[in-house]
Amino acid sequence: MPELHLPRRALLAAAALLPLTAACDVGGSNSPDSGGEGSGEGKITALFMQQAGYSEADIRAMTTDFQAKYPKITVEPTFVAYEALHDKIVAAAPAGTYDVVLIDVIWPAEFGSKKIVTDVTGQFPAAWKTDMLGGALKTAEYQGKYYGVPWILDSKYLFYNTEILGKAGVDPTSLSTWDGVLAAAAKIKSANLVKHPLIWSWKQAEALICDYTQLLGAFGGKFLSDDFKSIAFDSGGGLEALKWMKKTIDDGLTNPNSMESLEEDVRKIFSEGSAAMALNWTYMFNAANDPAQSKVAGKVEVLPTPSASGGSPGVNGSMALCVSGGSKNQKAAWTYISYLTSAEVQNKYAKSSLPCWGKSYDDAAVVSVAPKMVAAAKKELASLISRPEVPRYNEISQILQAELQQALLGKKAPEKALADAATQAKSLL
Amino acid sequence: MRKQAPLAAALLLPAALVVFGVVLWPAGRALVISFLDVDSPFPGAYPFVGLGNYADILTNPRFWAAAQHTLYFTVASTTLEVVLGLGLAHLLAAPMRFRWLFRAIVILPWALPTIVNGAMWRWILNAEYGALNALLTQLHLMDDYHSWLGADPFLALNMVVVADVWKNTSLVAFFLLAGLSAIPAELGEAARIDGAGSFRVFWRITLPLLRPTLAAVLVLRVIEAFKVFDIVYVMTGGGPASGTQTITFLTYLQAFSAQRFSYGAALAYLTVVAVLLLALIYLRLLRQQEMRAL
Amino acid sequence: MRRTLGALTASALILAPFLWLVVSSVSGQTDLLEHPLHWWPEHVTLSRYQEIFTGREGVAAQFRAAMVNSLIVGAGTVVVSVSVGILGGYALARLTFPLRRMALMSFLVTYMLPPIVLIIPLYLLMARFGLLDTKLGLIIVYCSLATPFALWTMSTFFGSLPVELEEAARVDGCTRLGALVRVILPLARPGIVATVLFVFLLCWDEFLYALIFTSTSDAKTIPVAIAEFTGRNAVDFGLIAAGGVLAALPPVLLAVVLQRHLLAGLTAGSLK
Repeated sequence: MPELHLPRRALLAAAALLPLTAACDVGGSNSPDSGGEGSGEGKITALFMQQAGYSEADIRAMTTDFQAKYPKITVEPTFVAYEALHDKIVAAAPAGTYDVVLIDVIWPAEFGSKKIVTDVTGQFPAAWKTDMLGGALKTAEYQGKYYGVPWILDSKYLFYNTEILGKAGVDPTSLSTWDGVLAAAAKIKSANLVKHPLIWSWKQAEALICDYTQLLGAFGGKFLSDDFKSIAFDSGGGLEALKWMKKTIDDGLTNPNSMESLEEDVRKIFSEGSAAMALNWTYMFNAANDPAQSKVAGKVEVLPTPSASGGSPGVNGSMALCVSGGSKNQKAAWTYISYLTSAEVQNKYAKSSLPCWGKSYDDAAVVSVAPKMVAAAKKELASLISRPEVPRYNEISQILQAELQQALLGKKAPEKALADAATQAKSLL
Repeated sequence: MRKQAPLAAALLLPAALVVFGVVLWPAGRALVISFLDVDSPFPGAYPFVGLGNYADILTNPRFWAAAQHTLYFTVASTTLEVVLGLGLAHLLAAPMRFRWLFRAIVILPWALPTIVNGAMWRWILNAEYGALNALLTQLHLMDDYHSWLGADPFLALNMVVVADVWKNTSLVAFFLLAGLSAIPAELGEAARIDGAGSFRVFWRITLPLLRPTLAAVLVLRVIEAFKVFDIVYVMTGGGPASGTQTITFLTYLQAFSAQRFSYGAALAYLTVVAVLLLALIYLRLLRQQEMRAL
Repeated sequence: MRRTLGALTASALILAPFLWLVVSSVSGQTDLLEHPLHWWPEHVTLSRYQEIFTGREGVAAQFRAAMVNSLIVGAGTVVVSVSVGILGGYALARLTFPLRRMALMSFLVTYMLPPIVLIIPLYLLMARFGLLDTKLGLIIVYCSLATPFALWTMSTFFGSLPVELEEAARVDGCTRLGALVRVILPLARPGIVATVLFVFLLCWDEFLYALIFTSTSDAKTIPVAIAEFTGRNAVDFGLIAAGGVLAALPPVLLAVVLQRHLLAGLTAGSLK
């Protein structure tokens, strides 16, 4: 067959064709679709995610109510999996497809500095700054400016299996410190109640950083120096946290499958009764107590995250609604966001996601949704620890995920892994 | 001769429109971007850095690790697929009862979307509830459950190869089956009359004649294997300890998660160069084999 | 006999993982998480299939819509890509013209580019022409993916057919195109069928473009729909399995219908 005989000349010629196409580049790229205020009426499109927090049905119901109240605005909500949310926002940004986008707490620096979402500091009412929970307020803030309104508030809590702890004779109040958790796990293991008392979401993914952040905070560590100019996780609390994590593996207290687990795997293993304690988001409280999905329903309790030498801050795992930079109807987008984030709407759907507003936690209707969960949340949400608020956070996170796994799998000493991560991450600040 | 050119141009024009009408501008733009420093999705003026991105990539250990994983994945999976695919094609061509059923079975893995294939293997290999662990322990081949995707980076990479081979061997087999049909039956019969056994007929006559199809399908699989993304995304997310991070996965992380579009574009063009080289090596090897066989 | 044995072994290796997918799709949740695992569930349930087929809204409706979308997008792409692939493939295999190799190579180079880097410029193009979240938009993009490959395989299959047959037809007074239609195409049927299957499955399988370019049930395809309910129901593998089994059915049916054409050319399978 003659096609197989591809001389070098043909290759070079084919390669030479591509630069020609570069000439066509100019035509398409010089007309950025820039956004605008708009009339405050008309049609807007919103991008939500489907996993945690409010369900698609919730959001559609909220939207119907909104349109009844503001008949001149029509909203088209669309939904993607969380894993696709960031990429979808980035890809759609230049075309201005979405007017309202839901963003994760780790993206305001990135999206704000690149103007993918707009600065809404001017529209942000002063009262919100006092009425919202301290932890929530930070969600869409970057360098003193607000790039969105907190909507889904979340942090990781300590869940435990009352039956296993009861059999081992562990007093749940001892779980207020990580030392206590360690002691309890050792006791459970030696009583042979479960093989590995602890399960974590330590797969090479953002979930690993969430767990690490919460431990780093507990051990009094910091990701970055206060001026955000140098790395700080490679010593002090950051190093201690990683050593602690490694120790739980070495002692056989942590399920080794943690290294391939995400939050849903944690929930599965915990719901099967194969783990005694686990760190997870709010949703696990209802899910693990639902007999249809869980073998340990009714035996699951929740506590605020344990403390160590540095206190007990929860990781900020919240999400915020933003007006996109490319939106041509930013006024209407803001009206919609203001409605969805209002205390009334949030209180109404508290069963799906706990509100961002301080007062809501004293509202009997909200508390009655899940009294124990609300109690734990009220305490933990007052002080949250953030992952580094820098535009290139995603890259730092990728590096850190890989190096943390190197240490957890025993391929590098914790000191070496974090030092290596620090060297690579330094240039990204 | 000359007068064939207008006809050829006319016949190729529709294909050119369909492909380059869509791809030319994005591909050209990506090439331009690879020489700039573009860090946001918006069009605009960005600084020109020349070959800076390429230099950055080639000095980054993360890239070389990903390149190693990609090369291993490509060579391992395409080799296995072609060897198994040849055998399978041979079986598929044989007259037997329920041949349609056998063909339906062989096509199954190919028909299963990669995203399901990945989820399926993750489930089978699950350290806690996986069928493989259950099977091996119940057969007493293993004492204890094992973590296939989380403990050992190289083991995890091999598991991704298994999942890929399981799915794509079908594709190779069906293309070779189609290629078999262009081989005149008389050749084989003549050889058999001369006393050649089936294996000899296959090795001496079928295989050399199958060479063009083999080359086509091999080049296709090399290109696809080198670009592997979906199955990694679903099965391991690049872990553990970045052990299954491939070049395209790294491109994805850099271009999308990190919004280093220029770096991603440069990676993409390096991928093209590498795939071209690899494809040429395979084609060259196949040509030599032909000469020895005939 | 040896062949039957080989076919049985191959079938077993291919079917084992797939059967486990099927079993998982009808196993109760508790059966799937059992220690030690047993291989046939105590509670057989068709509830997941029921949910997908009859569910009024949400997952079920989206899945059904995605199935239809995937079929339309796949069929549209097959028609375009294979037709232009046949024409171009013939030119590449049988005609002599300047820059022939370069033409082939430049098509293949587009196939080598990872889609990830093309996504943002493509997104802009599609937005400009109003093609986002439409089946037509996906067909256009998929044609650009599948055509280089269709060209390459068709030219390979054409190239491996004996030239003499075509020459004989032309001596009998056929034009080049007449010979292509009357002599070459029937002979190349196995190659065409393999290419049709490949192009269809490429569309059926494609994930990244579909994920970024579609946003509603108007155009979301099967892989996107499955990825979405994977995200939401990570705990219930059975539902993913049920979706996967259903997603595999249409291409398998297509293959069963087409398989008799896969080896129908010169030999009718007589070379063993």
